[in-house]
Amino acid sequence: MVGNLLLRGMMVGVLAGLLAFCFARTFGEPWVDYAIAFEEHASHAAGAAGGMEEPEIVSRATQAGLGLFTGLVIYGAAVGGLIALAFAFANGRLGRLSPRSVAALIATLGYVAIVIVPQLKYPANPPAVGSADTIVARTELFFAMLAFSVALMIASVMLARRLAERIGGWNGATVAAIVYVSIVAVMFAALPDIEEIPASFSPAALWNFRIASIGVQAVLWSVVGLAFGAVTEYAARRENAPRHTAGAAALR
Amino acid sequence: MTNAAFATSASTPSRAEPIPVSKILPWAVFGGLMLVLTVYFVGAEEGATSLIGGSVVHEFVHDGRHLLGFPCH
Repeated sequence: MVGNLLLRGMMVGVLAGLLAFCFARTFGEPWVDYAIAFEEHASHAAGAAGGMEEPEIVSRATQAGLGLFTGLVIYGAAVGGLIALAFAFANGRLGRLSPRSVAALIATLGYVAIVIVPQLKYPANPPAVGSADTIVARTELFFAMLAFSVALMIASVMLARRLAERIGGWNGATVAAIVYVSIVAVMFAALPDIEEIPASFSPAALWNFRIASIGVQAVLWSVVGLAFGAVTEYAARRENAPRHTAGAAALR
Repeated sequence: MTNAAFATSASTPSRAEPIPVSKILPWAVFGGLMLVLTVYFVGAEEGATSLIGGSVVHEFVHDGRHLLGFPCH
């Protein structure tokens, strides 16, 4: 049962990764190319004699093509699998939500906790932005933010379930959301800021890159959430159809 | 968790039965671990930390890593 869900989630995730690749290729790659051109220009200007060129281990064409594709499809499969596991826990435990709504809700909350909240504090950076000296600290801060955000979201959903028994589903969810946002705000204020954007880097290019990054994730998470819910309801309907057709028809 | 299962099965027979947590847990632990490790290889291997030598993985998934918002370099 859970194994089936997991497999389904990962397959839906591969599909989502494919679409996210199309989006990233179209809307993201121009800004990656811009940043790499900026980086090369800057390093040429710094060392006029040259000599310190970084060796190209993987060609740009591969990075922007097969590499990007592989990265997004694998990441998509992982996200799909994690959403499937969350779905296994949540389905039937969140009031009277249908499987389709549960899947959409999990994808939305996952997108908020895993993408939006960490990205608001530590936004995506194109190449050329970010100093190599601080990569360890930046990575630690990013993953600390990510882990905290996910743990807080799980705690908030559990709180919402508790409160729903006493003050109703809508009020419970509202209170839990306020608690979540308040703690996130404190976390944002407490964690250090990172400012490493080169002064001459185009703000518009940076903005467009970050919007593209948010967009890649939006495509990925929404496709997983919607497709997983649709396939799961379809499978459940087929399973139930032969036994009580009338009931299934009435539900539609 | 057993009382939660009873409550839902009694009140709403047509809704999805929750899968018992004991059945999800092994999948969640091993599957979750594998999936998180997968994300690690796309998102962080050979950036700040490295499990295998060289920088081929990093360079190969370079663009995806930037566009997914992971700190890269």
